[in-house]
Amino acid sequence: MAILVVAEHDNKQLKTGVANTIAAASKLGGDVSVLVAGSGCAEAAAAASKIAGVVKVLVADAPHYAAPLAENLAALVVSIAKNYTHVLAPATGFGKNFMPRAAALLDVAQISDISAIVSPDTFVRPTYAGNVMTTVQSKDPIKVITVRITGFDAAGAAASAAPLENIAAVADSGLSQFKGHELTKSTRPELTAARIIVSGGRGMGSGENFKLLEALADKLGAAVGASRAAVDSGFVPNDYQVGQTGKIVAPELYVAVGISGAIQHLAGMKDSKVIIAINKDAEAPIFQVANYWLVEDLFKAVPELTAAL
Amino acid sequence: MKVLVPIKRVVDPNIKVRVKADGTGVETANVKMAMNPFCEIAVEQAVRMKEAGTVTEIVVVSVGVLQCTETLRTALAMGADRAILIETAADVQPLAVAKLLKAIVDKEQPGLVITGKQAIDDDCNQTGQMLAALLGWPQAAFISKLEVAGDHADITREVDGGLENLTIKMPAVVTTDLRLNEPRYVTLPNIMKAKKKPLENIKPDALGVDVTPRLTTLKVEEPPKRGAGVKVADVAELVDKLKNEAKVI
Repeated sequence: MAILVVAEHDNKQLKTGVANTIAAASKLGGDVSVLVAGSGCAEAAAAASKIAGVVKVLVADAPHYAAPLAENLAALVVSIAKNYTHVLAPATGFGKNFMPRAAALLDVAQISDISAIVSPDTFVRPTYAGNVMTTVQSKDPIKVITVRITGFDAAGAAASAAPLENIAAVADSGLSQFKGHELTKSTRPELTAARIIVSGGRGMGSGENFKLLEALADKLGAAVGASRAAVDSGFVPNDYQVGQTGKIVAPELYVAVGISGAIQHLAGMKDSKVIIAINKDAEAPIFQVANYWLVEDLFKAVPELTAAL
Repeated sequence: MKVLVPIKRVVDPNIKVRVKADGTGVETANVKMAMNPFCEIAVEQAVRMKEAGTVTEIVVVSVGVLQCTETLRTALAMGADRAILIETAADVQPLAVAKLLKAIVDKEQPGLVITGKQAIDDDCNQTGQMLAALLGWPQAAFISKLEVAGDHADITREVDGGLENLTIKMPAVVTTDLRLNEPRYVTLPNIMKAKKKPLENIKPDALGVDVTPRLTTLKVEEPPKRGAGVKVADVAELVDKLKNEAKVI
């Protein structure tokens, strides 16, 4: 078996989740190569070569890979996929975008968002907002897989760096053009990488009130997240959203504040190690998944908690 | 411009599904069904574009059992012009759905396809991207803004760090994210009007598409339950539990 992992990166650094995807690939039992497609991406490629389990790093360096456009990435993956039995990418916004395109061009199914590997052709994936675990077997010659990164511990550092190999770029499709980013600026940890997450919901009442959570997050060295209700109400940007169709997180500690606990939100955080919930509604469904819960007005409890830490 | 909007009938998103006792699937008998929420957003987008004058006709299409007719009628009541049901009782997986949709696109020649980004039952998040691949069209997945201007469209997509701006050539496939719009409620007069709108029923065979599943479901089970939690009386007790029992801070 030969396995290809498509790396998510910003040309300098690998994104959180690449090491987890490599760990999942290693579990399949076979040689793991990593594809780094970018523009001036030598630093990212070098980082990939230093992750345990990687035997080779393929580098496709061309101006049209500067941004991970689905059309160009899928075509590149397809150009080398015949050499592999498995192609994996993290089930992040990155992988979810181009992987189904690559799978369709290869005329194979995609196995989305796997959380466990049973055997090289059998995988477990959450469905119905994580309320159902489905075990599926693929008969396709190439398994195209996106990996739920919280399902696999990140691979560690390699004893020695794997060799790099330059591969040919596929011509720019010209179908779409990257115009720019509006990225949320934050000095706090990334949601998917944070050890602790403090999340707010509709109960926060306004974006201004999220300052209470930010103060708590800063005390804990935590990331700040939100429920869909808080994002839809415009309290915080879209990339804060934790849930079925937002980010899937599993930190050591998840602090849910003013979040009622819709099943779509629980889907994104119920694999957290310890969950605490603060809500004034004693019937809030979030309490069903919480290890510790406090029925109290968040505007009283959160400042108290921040002061007590 | 004609727009094609594929929609899916799913278990109502507010219902917590139960796994069948024999572990072969999910209990759907006598469970309330609804249009997939992301598909509703796709229909709404098409209707708004028609109201704004950029779209002339909206065709909605669904793949599944005869009861999908109800879902298609809902889309017609929202403002779509006609509907196509590709009727089958088989388990049709995203790649096969994309192939069926490609056959419809070849026939209907729309200038734009708007799909939901993900169905909330299988959580696959594949069909739109696969359809774009099969057509050789550009794709814009997870969009929160769409402005069509002649032979191209300006797009804002939701990405992990925030937003991304793209310009894509038309025709294209776009998939909707939550912030694109807020779907309207259907009114009774529009439900009545929808009953008179055309609805075509075709079978997968007629489109020459092999819908044999590529993935076999071996087992369906409930995830492990979290242990019962503890209610704490105040912040001091909470801090004590976190420090001395859970040892996470």
